[in-house]
Amino acid sequence: MPTAVLDGFLEATVRSATPLAFAALGELVAERSGVMNIGLEGAIAAGALAAFLGAQIAGPEIGFVAGGVAGALVAAVFAFFVLALRSQQIIVGAAVSMLGIGLSASIHRAMVSAGASTAQVQTLASLPVPGLSTLPVVGDALFAQPISTYLLYFLFPLTGWVLYHTVFGVALRATGERPLAVVAAGHSAAKIQLAALIFGGVLAGLGGATLVVAQTGTFSDGMSAGRGFIAIAIVALGRWTPRGVVVGVLVFGAVSALQFLAQAMAWNVPYTLVLASPYVLTLAAMAIFRGSRTAPAALGQPLDGGL
Amino acid sequence: MSLLRRLSAGVAPALVVLAAIAVVALVMMVTGFDPVAAARAAVRGAVGSEFALFSATLKRTTPLLMLGLAVAVAFRAGVLNIGADGQFLAGAAAACAFGLAVGDAVGRSVLLGALAVGILAGALWAGVAAWLKRRFNVMEVVSTLLLNFVALNLVGFLVRGPLQEPTGAYPASATLLSAARLPLLLDGQRLHVGFVFSVGLAIAAWWFFRSTAAGFQIRVTGASRTVAASAGRLDVDGVQMWSLVASGAIAGLAGACEVTGVTYALYEGLSPGYGYTAIATALLGGLNPLGIIMSAALFGALGAGADAMQRDAGVPAEFATVVTALVVLGVLAVPGVMKNWARITGRGEQ
Amino acid sequence: MSGEGFALELRGITKRFGATAALNDASLAVRSGSLHMLLGENGAGKTTFLNIATGNLQPDTGAILLNGQPVVWRHRADALAAGLSAVSQHFSLVPAMTVAENVALAGPRLGAKYNRREAEDTVRRIANNVGLDLDPAAMVGDLSVAAQQRAEIVKAIARNAPVLMLDEPTAVLSPPDAAELLLWLRGFVSSGRTVVVITHRIREAMGYGDEVTVLRRGQTALSAPISSTSEQEVVAAILGATDTGPLAFARQHSTAVRQTLGTSVLALHAASVIDAGGARRLRTTSLEVRGGEVVGVAGVEGAGQYQLLRLLAGRISPTSGRVTLPPSVGFVPEDRHRDALIADFSLVENMALRGIEARRGVMPWAHVALQVQSAITAFDVRGGDVRSTASALSGGNQQKFVLARELADAPQALVVENPTRGLDVRASQEILTRVRDSAAAGSAVVMYSSDINELLATADRVVVCFAGEVYETTLDSDAIGRAMVGVR
Repeated sequence: MPTAVLDGFLEATVRSATPLAFAALGELVAERSGVMNIGLEGAIAAGALAAFLGAQIAGPEIGFVAGGVAGALVAAVFAFFVLALRSQQIIVGAAVSMLGIGLSASIHRAMVSAGASTAQVQTLASLPVPGLSTLPVVGDALFAQPISTYLLYFLFPLTGWVLYHTVFGVALRATGERPLAVVAAGHSAAKIQLAALIFGGVLAGLGGATLVVAQTGTFSDGMSAGRGFIAIAIVALGRWTPRGVVVGVLVFGAVSALQFLAQAMAWNVPYTLVLASPYVLTLAAMAIFRGSRTAPAALGQPLDGGL
Repeated sequence: MSLLRRLSAGVAPALVVLAAIAVVALVMMVTGFDPVAAARAAVRGAVGSEFALFSATLKRTTPLLMLGLAVAVAFRAGVLNIGADGQFLAGAAAACAFGLAVGDAVGRSVLLGALAVGILAGALWAGVAAWLKRRFNVMEVVSTLLLNFVALNLVGFLVRGPLQEPTGAYPASATLLSAARLPLLLDGQRLHVGFVFSVGLAIAAWWFFRSTAAGFQIRVTGASRTVAASAGRLDVDGVQMWSLVASGAIAGLAGACEVTGVTYALYEGLSPGYGYTAIATALLGGLNPLGIIMSAALFGALGAGADAMQRDAGVPAEFATVVTALVVLGVLAVPGVMKNWARITGRGEQ
Repeated sequence: MSGEGFALELRGITKRFGATAALNDASLAVRSGSLHMLLGENGAGKTTFLNIATGNLQPDTGAILLNGQPVVWRHRADALAAGLSAVSQHFSLVPAMTVAENVALAGPRLGAKYNRREAEDTVRRIANNVGLDLDPAAMVGDLSVAAQQRAEIVKAIARNAPVLMLDEPTAVLSPPDAAELLLWLRGFVSSGRTVVVITHRIREAMGYGDEVTVLRRGQTALSAPISSTSEQEVVAAILGATDTGPLAFARQHSTAVRQTLGTSVLALHAASVIDAGGARRLRTTSLEVRGGEVVGVAGVEGAGQYQLLRLLAGRISPTSGRVTLPPSVGFVPEDRHRDALIADFSLVENMALRGIEARRGVMPWAHVALQVQSAITAFDVRGGDVRSTASALSGGNQQKFVLARELADAPQALVVENPTRGLDVRASQEILTRVRDSAAAGSAVVMYSSDINELLATADRVVVCFAGEVYETTLDSDAIGRAMVGVR
């Protein structure tokens, strides 16, 4: 295999994996607190549009931050229905997905038709890490990336540290297992879930933002392309741990990069089947690992009144 | 129930829909569109002519009605099937493959065969999730969601591989011969017999829930797993599993009707998110099959109107998605709209 | 006296729920460094007392003193901040986390760091200090019930609880584990700590306690050092004067003529039940119920009657042993709303629940409506017609309806669980009369009641559940009351 092709494959893997990694890490935290947010898709779409608009006005860095803020707003809508009204999480999630996708597409079309939008925005510059970026094979793919990718290298260990090495993390995981125990210990399960949901929204928004300000430099309708749902699969495949999520992100990233590889190598493989494989793998993993501790016990269940 | 009470039961959902439309009109104004022009174009596109009514609104109503029923059957049993899209695609792919394979060798029977195969495929697709739940306790929410993507990619494979049209230029299947097509209902209109099926199915579903033991078992299980198990001595897991399979069968039929009645060919974008609109349809219809006829017609009109709005008034069709989303949120926020739903949210006990 | 020497005092506490007073000027004084036993029948007010001490409920009147200082708990967090929480029968532990994580969860500051090694060391140190055997790194879900309880105790001690409060700690334990716990508690107080134990088991109280407080009907019936009282005195305080209330009514007014006893209809053959959590709820039990008799079941909460009744009703299977069931058993569970009725279904639909598992084809709604109609007439169900939802009926009428439904197909056996819970006197009498009528018509009837007088009025013989074992006793209020608290 020519080096250029391998480099290209690795680079494509990291590129596909980056937005997924943001969204999946956020969903991991939400699910560990007991909430399944399938409205992530809407937060990604909103984050992408906000990043696109922000980048037009104030440059890609501000655009990136705007994406996170938009994601938080979408998550706040979800949290209001789930935590204040105690509505069914999955139904709210489906509605919030539609809301985020529909609103961002509508607003984008409005801007375009009003002539208020450019087609392209500046993207975040690639910042090669001296030394590391010259490593063979992985150098370019991992260490000649925009700042958003490096943020991930920092966020994954940080999230793992908070989850496993702070009392807050213990309480968050306990909320996903048994909210009653958290309340008995004098903490508010709803507040913990709120924090987890907003964090998840910010990350999903940042994931959407990377699509625009770190990759394509433009916004298109439907550019979230199911990444919010893929994030849910990744969390399940990663068996609800940060390390597992890293593996899941790379699996899904590599699989979509295979498309590139197959073209470059002129392989005649039905890549749509390859694209389906990680979902099948996730289902198989969920079936196989059912006995051992996997999904948070209270995942998807509404809090009882008064918690 | 008295006529007055029946009418008032429809008031709250109607208010929710009006409120959602009002909010979206406001957003239109803020973003610089003319909501009046948009509404005019939408109404004209949805019900303004025979063509609009039959070839746009009711044609769209057909899959929404069937999928809304599919979702409602599962929800009524307390099962969250969010994989109606995948089951729809499975049904469409199977029906199309069957229709293409058999051709016109057996005359019109090919159509019946295609519909039957579509139903079976939808049932099997949901059956995978049901089996994973029963055998391995995999959450149906996740499995049905993931199976949507598996189905989508499988269709992608089929239309680029075994089922691709002869020229090999497009990611679409060959076109079904007329023997495998559903008859059209009216001359010059695109509304097909599938619409009659969908309304008939809704009436059948209404009768099923009202009058049959199986329908009652499903309702009891969805209303309270503990009462169903204690007073009814039902195998609640089994009831939920078979409800999911039945839900998939209906979604499969919807897919089969779409491919034999509208597109005559299989391609990846066959469902523009019907599965999600179906959730809104089922909820707005109060999980009641007769109510779902009304809500499916409404969302059918909304979709048809949105297309016209974009075409004739230059207002993005995506505003319809926003209306749909707001309708679901409104149904959740306004107590009393969703009587049946309130029953099945008590999922804490298990 | 100003409460000196008392770690915890509840003075003159009154707490009303609607028209009923759960506590009426009740008091409890727990001497520092003592093991204080709080006793009383079901519904005597023990749980309300505990909830007030831990800030879950606010008293209408009365004062709480901690180490002699008056305190006010506005909500649970206040009591928790002072370290006051109760170890309840239903542990508030997270099964999928380690003991150390569970203890850390109870830490006051969410922002604090969690260091696994330090947390495990802390737990190990506390456990060693107080002499409890506990592996801090073990997953709670993998622990035995007794070890989970030790984890809860360490959690409370880690909060610097000024008073360790345990709600029926031995109810879930095997006899050796219970003895070990009580011995440990003795040692714990001898090191200067203070403990309150709520229990139903009088022998435990007499054998291990320093002082005893007995609640009866919301009032303090006895408060004394164990050394200056006797078992008889405590039992008398718990049970009060024998009631000669109006409940003999049911037996007198049962209209049907008593048949001679039929053959064995329901039977347990060396059956036992271990629950999902691994706790043995019912020890090896054999029991025979014949047609025409009412077997009463008594027992304090969690003594095994829940499992006993469900075995006899065919709702659960025994872990070991065998159950003989007739083709049809009527079952009236205690919690109507959870297990028997769907509130927003019509009476017809609720009637159709019975036997639904075997039904196929079209529902015979018209026939079911007739059944409802005759049930309404025969059982005098008021406040609704066939179209009403179950929620339209009052509690008493709901219960009559459930009983009517369960008897609609004239089952060979009937199992009823606290059938008069929450009902007024008149409705209770009607229900009990129906239960007796059913036996008189030849059914084998098993009835659990938390009210001894109700059992005396209805049952032909009585078995008592205590700590998962089932004994037959004489039809005598004292004998039953004693057996319920483990005195035979």
